[in-house]
Amino acid sequence: MTDQQQLPDGTSRPRRTARQRRKQLVGLLFVAPALALVLLFFIVPLGMAFWMSLHNWPLLGKPRFIGFDNYSRLLDDARFWASMRFTITYTLVVTVAIFSLAFPLALFVEKTRPLTKFYRTAFFLPVVVGFGSASLLWAWLLDVDSGLFSPAAYSLGLTDKRINLLADFDTTFWSIIIMVVWKTAGFNMIILLTGLQGISTEVQEAARMDGASPWQRFRRVTLPLMRRTIALALILSVAGSMLAFDQFYIIADGGPQNSTVTAVYWIFSQSFGSFHLGYGSALSMVLLAILVCISVVQLRLLRNPEGM
Amino acid sequence: MSRNHGSSTRRLLEAARYHGFGIAAALLFLAPLVWSVLVSFKPSIEARQPPLPPWPVGGFSVQSYENLAQYGSGIWTYAGNSLAVSAATVAASVLVSLLAGYGFSRFQFPLKNVLFVLIISTVMIPFQSILTPLFLILTKLGLQNTLTGIVLVYVTLQLPFSTFMMRNAFDAVPREIEDAARVDGASVFAVLYRIMLPLVLPGVATVAIFAFLASWNEFLAALILLTDQKKYTLPVLMAAVRSGQFGTIDWGAVQSGVTLMMAPCLALFLLLQRYYIRGLTAGAVK
Repeated sequence: MTDQQQLPDGTSRPRRTARQRRKQLVGLLFVAPALALVLLFFIVPLGMAFWMSLHNWPLLGKPRFIGFDNYSRLLDDARFWASMRFTITYTLVVTVAIFSLAFPLALFVEKTRPLTKFYRTAFFLPVVVGFGSASLLWAWLLDVDSGLFSPAAYSLGLTDKRINLLADFDTTFWSIIIMVVWKTAGFNMIILLTGLQGISTEVQEAARMDGASPWQRFRRVTLPLMRRTIALALILSVAGSMLAFDQFYIIADGGPQNSTVTAVYWIFSQSFGSFHLGYGSALSMVLLAILVCISVVQLRLLRNPEGM
Repeated sequence: MSRNHGSSTRRLLEAARYHGFGIAAALLFLAPLVWSVLVSFKPSIEARQPPLPPWPVGGFSVQSYENLAQYGSGIWTYAGNSLAVSAATVAASVLVSLLAGYGFSRFQFPLKNVLFVLIISTVMIPFQSILTPLFLILTKLGLQNTLTGIVLVYVTLQLPFSTFMMRNAFDAVPREIEDAARVDGASVFAVLYRIMLPLVLPGVATVAIFAFLASWNEFLAALILLTDQKKYTLPVLMAAVRSGQFGTIDWGAVQSGVTLMMAPCLALFLLLQRYYIRGLTAGAVK
């Protein structure tokens, strides 16, 4: 940099360093607000969450240090593991469902033709609606008395009475899967679309010249070249689903019989329903560890594309 | 001739299949949104019935909106809370990330890369796992159950994305532009405000849209951090209405609330689609 230059005039060098130091300070000042926020509202709470997880921490009254008791307790917490199992099942099912719709949609809107822009926008619109709004919308569509699906199925003669879709685990589960696919397919479509558009047409053309069938081209050219994009969309989808809360809280209230309580939902009810703040923090740390593992895998996949 | 005819028929058939699928799929995606908006304009009694047909049979009515307005302290309190939180989150996110992006892009200082990675990597930590400590910290600061408190949390949650976005925006501006202004004797802030800001406006638009959508729609943190009913944002209020905390569920009113919550998101997206998609794909390409 500039201060490494040999300067003929000996006095200008210290002045340059001083100016440089001032410039460093200005740079630090520019990033200071962002750093302060991250420190106060992210790093400190993160440390606190771990500290709290080592305590019996009621909402009121003195916290008591209990070491790793919360962690040994959560090993035997059947309802936590049930919520974990449910969250993982949901994540696997919803991710497969989202991709089996988003991929065809991305291929469908890849080439620009008349109306393609309209289709892209239409498929994407549910994404910008919040999960809260979408859940309230679908809670109504799924309602047995005033909703759409159950009365419509009855009046079409598909069912012999109005079925309460939210009274049974399977129908609740699949209804929410459909709602989430509707809400998020457009997002994954756009991510996959950027991957598709990143593949040069020459590569596709060369494969075509070599006599590869459309399926072979997709399987042997498109998919391998989209590995990074697919990995990214996959991880975003998995991480988002592992943290699902809004739709299960608003549509199903965790029911029927607490069968759709997700991990975040269980942590929420332990921390802010029963006010076991220390125990809730221990549960949070377990969830956090799982999510960080997923993110680390993500970073590795993105760094070396061959690693998949 | 006949071969020509055959290929144009085939092309027509292909186009019909393409648009047949396209229109059908588009209708499926749009239907729930349209259905909800339509039922919100039915008279109350009709809104209690299944929405078949979806449009108001007995004429358009704003009864559901009038019912919605009655909940709790009045819907405008909650809409005002939501609006205030979103506006403040947008303004603060833009300001903080503008400064940070400029700092990370144009200055050298100790630990620069470490600090940048520190901010970006918070995206890997789910905020759901630190809500309890956040609740306690905000209580200590006297900010629990205040809109200011939740704004600070939202701005922090947006920081990895907004800082990343703004750093890239500044990186894309050639240094010569600034240097010329500095030679003319302009101060650092004058350069940032007069010269650089207009050049990074697309990045600012992206940061602003994402900050708005995230804060307007956020539910879990608002549910936990806002304990006083008067402070509720729209999603928290509407979830309370849906769970029956205000008596029998008036689905017409709930859908008018949904319409109220969806409208700004849809409008903003349709108007500023380009900036939104740019933000989405920034992550996918990088």
